[in-house]
Amino acid sequence: MSAAVGQAPPPAAMPGADRIIEVVGVSRRFAKRLDFAGRILAKLGVPLRDEVVHAVDGVDLTIRRGEVVGLVGESGCGKSTLGRMVAGILPPSDGTILWKGRDRTALQGKEAREAVLQAQMIFQDPMSSLNPRLKVAEIIGEAPLYHGLTRRSGLAEYVDEQMRRAGLDPAFKARYPHQFSGGQRQRIGIARALAVQPEFLVCDESVAALDVSIQAQILNLFMRLRRELNLTYLFISHDLGVVEHLSDRVVIMYLGRVVEEAPTETVFARANHPYTQSLLASVPRIEARKKAFATVKGEIPSPLNPPSGCHFHPRCPHAFDRCRAEVPVLREVAPGHRSRCHLNDEPGRAGLAA
Amino acid sequence: MEPNVAATAAPPTLQVRNLRTHFLTRAGVVPAVDDVSFTVRRGKVLGLVGESGSGKTVTGFSVMRLVDEPGRIVGGEILFNGRDLVRAPEEEMRQLRGNRIAMIFQDPMMTLNPVLRIDTQMIETMQAHTKVSREDARQRARDTLGMVGIPSPDERLKAYPHQFSGGMRQRVAIAIALLHRPELIVADEPTTALDVTIQGQILAEVQKLAATTGTAIIWITHDLSVVAGLADDIAVMYAGRIAEYGSVEDVLDHPLHPYTVGLLGSVPSRNRRGEPLRQIPGMTPSLMNLPPGCPFQARCPRAADICRQDPPMAEILPAHEARCFRPHLAENEVAA
Repeated sequence: MSAAVGQAPPPAAMPGADRIIEVVGVSRRFAKRLDFAGRILAKLGVPLRDEVVHAVDGVDLTIRRGEVVGLVGESGCGKSTLGRMVAGILPPSDGTILWKGRDRTALQGKEAREAVLQAQMIFQDPMSSLNPRLKVAEIIGEAPLYHGLTRRSGLAEYVDEQMRRAGLDPAFKARYPHQFSGGQRQRIGIARALAVQPEFLVCDESVAALDVSIQAQILNLFMRLRRELNLTYLFISHDLGVVEHLSDRVVIMYLGRVVEEAPTETVFARANHPYTQSLLASVPRIEARKKAFATVKGEIPSPLNPPSGCHFHPRCPHAFDRCRAEVPVLREVAPGHRSRCHLNDEPGRAGLAA
Repeated sequence: MEPNVAATAAPPTLQVRNLRTHFLTRAGVVPAVDDVSFTVRRGKVLGLVGESGSGKTVTGFSVMRLVDEPGRIVGGEILFNGRDLVRAPEEEMRQLRGNRIAMIFQDPMMTLNPVLRIDTQMIETMQAHTKVSREDARQRARDTLGMVGIPSPDERLKAYPHQFSGGMRQRVAIAIALLHRPELIVADEPTTALDVTIQGQILAEVQKLAATTGTAIIWITHDLSVVAGLADDIAVMYAGRIAEYGSVEDVLDHPLHPYTVGLLGSVPSRNRRGEPLRQIPGMTPSLMNLPPGCPFQARCPRAADICRQDPPMAEILPAHEARCFRPHLAENEVAA
């Protein structure tokens, strides 16, 4: 179980056994129902309908034990919604999520409770995810006490240990969240998540709001915890530099769909999907001086009214007729490398992958 | 990069000398900007880089003379084409702002009025500074929207701010800043809230703008990699002061100040994948009770006894300044 701590995960020897999370055909829709006046107008024949957003649209994703999977995409691509479903705090509209090979909704009693505890989430803004009226010791100690992970007599010691592990001085346990800096608050969020002894963490833009020097400290903490506690991560970020540094595998989403998935080196060296390629070209890098900033034309379309066929076709430099009509499937272009692009079926276009 | 070539000719667009902006609070004096000097020439982009609380935004607001009480410019000069703005009367500043000096904010809704259509706002801005007919003003507004890459500007003029996406709203705010073809733009984190592909589009427009119109730009940001691709010069701020100042190549390729070195080291792409990032220990000090001497000494790996004295800003290498007693210098170079 702990053979490959801190290393790239071994290839799946026994299918199912080392998979901590399997997302199968999961979708999530959010509907804005018509109000009373709208319903009356609709009855009278005015063409009004409920507005439905397909935030996540038929996603398959497997995360193996000990792996760090980076989930990348721009605003509105559904990465946070997917993260919440994977963490178990938002039910999917369609599809199933398997926790260690078993459907999470089918789990009962103790097993269900354990599955919930073992997947924890760390949010972007620690100020809005920490109760401002609770002291740090209460924030961290509440859940483990309730779930019987520690006794009341040993609680103080337990909380101290959690704080030390997240790089906080236990002397500050009687303070309130507003008395800490942004980086320290994020450490409180991490200590709270770890206090229930999870195996799997979903980090949703957890370092996006931090200054570079503090961001480095928190990223180092995540990597150290991964080694020490054998954690598995789904690391959601819009920052490709952070994802490249941390992840074993990268999944790229665009408007609710996964467009590409591959080991990290492959994505950054040989991106297959035109969206991934343009995303990588847009990222400013310190090494690039007086750069001609690559411009992807157009804007991210509204998820209320996504384009037909491949969602990326209006912005894609290689789009052809089929892209407008038919949704491409996510299929393997090399071992472990999947891409959702019609160009891979075009024999003359083989050079695109290079 | 270019030493005092242009010094003899026309004055640079903006020259800030020993600027001090302090906040006189009940709890004490906060030296948010302390002895800051830099120069921006025509068509050049200066990247003003720093972490939260380093004073980069207050520097930008000081140049606009937009610092509110209890903040006050307590010393120094802000020379705009040779004219000192610190001592300029308020009416003169009102004439300059939005006309010859413009500001772009992180949140475009700071610029835009949510209840007015874009055309109303743009025409109003035009007519505030120049005698121009509504029709001509509308024409200019239309052209400017087109220039910043807004498709079908004629239709979009009739829209309200909420009908635009975040990236498009920022373009509108930039268009409003450009209406009077300003000589200087102060841009405060304008692409920070935007997605990478949209940020790339806006940075490309800004580059084109500086090159074609000769507008001088101060680009305030926390993101070193944006500045690397965009700016000509960089000033790195720490605790209200400029720690290091020079051309992009000098500062990023041969950083002198240990803070710049630490900042560059903590960028993930500069580290080997999966290995611990080089981090700067500790956190930024409170400006209210800075230790005497260099404000970075407590976090600095090179700190020595001398650092308890105040380091002066010094030209350690040609056209490359740092405020440090013990700068990083290559072995073959001799300290000045």
